Amino acid sequence: MELLNQVTQFVISGLATGAIYALIGLSFAIIFNSTGILNFAQGEFVMLGGVLTIFCLNVLQLPLLAAIAAAVAGTTVIGLVFERLAIRPLKNATPLALIIITIGASILIRGLVMLLWGKDTQALPAFSGNDPISVAGATLLPQHLWIFGVTILVIVGCRLFFHHTISGKAMRACSFNPRAANLVGISVGRMILLSFVLSAAVGSLAGVIIAPLTMTAYDVGVMLGLKGFCAAIMGGMGSGLGTVLGGLILGTLESLGAGLISSGYKDAIAFFILLLILFLRPQGLFKKGETERV
Amino acid sequence: MKKLLCTVFAAFTSLCLSTAAFAAAPIKIGALFAVTGPASFLGEPERNTAQMLVDKINKGGGIKGRKLELITYDTGGDATKAVQLANKLVKNDQVVAIIGPSTTGDSMAVIPIVEKAGIPLIACAAGSKITDPVKKSVFKTAQNDALAVARIYEQLKKEKKSRIAILTVSDGFGSSGREQLKAQAAAYGMQILSDDTYGPKDTDMTAQLTKIRGSRAQAVICWGTNPGPAVIARNAKQLGLQIPLYMSHGVSSKKFIELAGDAAEGIRLPSGKVLVADLLPKSDKQKASLLAFIKDYQNHFKAEGDHFGGHAWDAVMLLRSAIERGGATPAGIRNALEATRNFAGIGGVFNYSAKDHAGLGKDAFVLVEVRNKDWKLVK
Repeated sequence: MELLNQVTQFVISGLATGAIYALIGLSFAIIFNSTGILNFAQGEFVMLGGVLTIFCLNVLQLPLLAAIAAAVAGTTVIGLVFERLAIRPLKNATPLALIIITIGASILIRGLVMLLWGKDTQALPAFSGNDPISVAGATLLPQHLWIFGVTILVIVGCRLFFHHTISGKAMRACSFNPRAANLVGISVGRMILLSFVLSAAVGSLAGVIIAPLTMTAYDVGVMLGLKGFCAAIMGGMGSGLGTVLGGLILGTLESLGAGLISSGYKDAIAFFILLLILFLRPQGLFKKGETERV
Repeated sequence: MKKLLCTVFAAFTSLCLSTAAFAAAPIKIGALFAVTGPASFLGEPERNTAQMLVDKINKGGGIKGRKLELITYDTGGDATKAVQLANKLVKNDQVVAIIGPSTTGDSMAVIPIVEKAGIPLIACAAGSKITDPVKKSVFKTAQNDALAVARIYEQLKKEKKSRIAILTVSDGFGSSGREQLKAQAAAYGMQILSDDTYGPKDTDMTAQLTKIRGSRAQAVICWGTNPGPAVIARNAKQLGLQIPLYMSHGVSSKKFIELAGDAAEGIRLPSGKVLVADLLPKSDKQKASLLAFIKDYQNHFKAEGDHFGGHAWDAVMLLRSAIERGGATPAGIRNALEATRNFAGIGGVFNYSAKDHAGLGKDAFVLVEVRNKDWKLVK
């Protein structure tokens, strides 16, 4: 019984962490799908979400909801500026060069945040209290419910956007074949911009909803970004259910591994899975292998 | 004619410059602090404190009429950089003594350089290996981890608790604490039932705590620096962990209470006396130094002085007294430092000797508990 309770707790904690990885993974996939770039500044969007919310809340004295909206909007603008200044001007650069640019951008953003807001870790108050909720012998916080809720909303939203709106379909078209998309009158440049905007918004939202649990500082983005990347790889870089499942599986395995095997191997487990998938199933866990027609 | 004029002018200016330099001849002191990077929570208050004190000493006329010149470099918590900068201080800047570095890793890396050059170093890091075994020119001001561990174990023994769980961060600070926790367990009759770790950037420790909840441990000891322990405090509250939670001196600042919020209530930790300076009895030898440090720091930086800044306070003040007694040469300072007795600083009462370059006893730590978002002494 005791063991069962423990395992339930591990799984619930893991799912909560996994939901965050899924959100971040999703924001990775959005950009990858329309540009072929892995945006390593993704973790920084997550960090900006949390840091800006705390700034709006404490310094500008906005109410929580307005602070969150302002932080997400702010990060989105940063995503937009980033695309305009660093990605757009290099039209013919190879994806590798662009990826390196995103790494540079992540270092820049981290450095600026450190100079502007200092190096201290800061906490955001929980959205609806800190009283634990008991579920089947395990406990979770109201904030976890927020995380699950927001994650589900974002996933449903993404699904609707990518499959049922013109812009979403146009973005998918760009990911399949930018030249053909261009020929049928889709502005590829605009779609790339849109993907950065969306991705920054989703990433920062993830940053906001975890800040009450995990606290935030200028350097939290690195690890979260990597874990989100892991989730996206597991899902085969799709912007759908695959990435979400990837994130949830990753979170659960980490938590089970830390609890049942050894906590020292927690990160090792995540990156071992990443390597394993890159070796064995580079197309992701849930995708069929793609055949390229010549 | 023009050439002659030039020569005369050059000779004249160089003469002026050299006499000017001779008249002022400040005593050069080097400082290596991790002002940026992961250990910046140590380096920043240390740098602030050292600069504040040096300015204060200079304003008061310096040491025996000679001003101090503090040359500070930022190691970024990177041992390779620390080595380069230590070389720079010794060879280019020709300092007579060095304060810092902030972390144990940086300190161990620069020891060979100062030993070879014979420049006294007063490290502000806690690792006991810095001064054990004793090195000729290396001293330190931060309290050993071993003393903090002993303080916690003493309290547990007093409460007749012997089954413990430890949860340590997987970096230098945590692994050094873990070593000490395990090494001293037998001496205090402690039985470690669960030995877990977490990563410095981990965001959820419920897995480890669930495991601990399932063991028969009577207390949890967590060894880490912010923000990990604050996450652990919150997770423990979420899980409804009933047993007492002990933290290390690594989180003994108000920041921890701020981060952990309500979850901090009831948590105990060993701390330097600076946190509870106003609660100390008048008879306490350190009280005067502590209050002076806290007041100065508050005036200069509008922030609360913590015991990290205190390490630098101790280093500068020890150095000042050593220069007063032994003269401003590396050898003189070294010998005078070693002869320091009963120096009541921020970290404790220092008694250096040929066999002990750490200089502190167990009384350097007090055990405090968080009550109503403030510290209370545990008797």
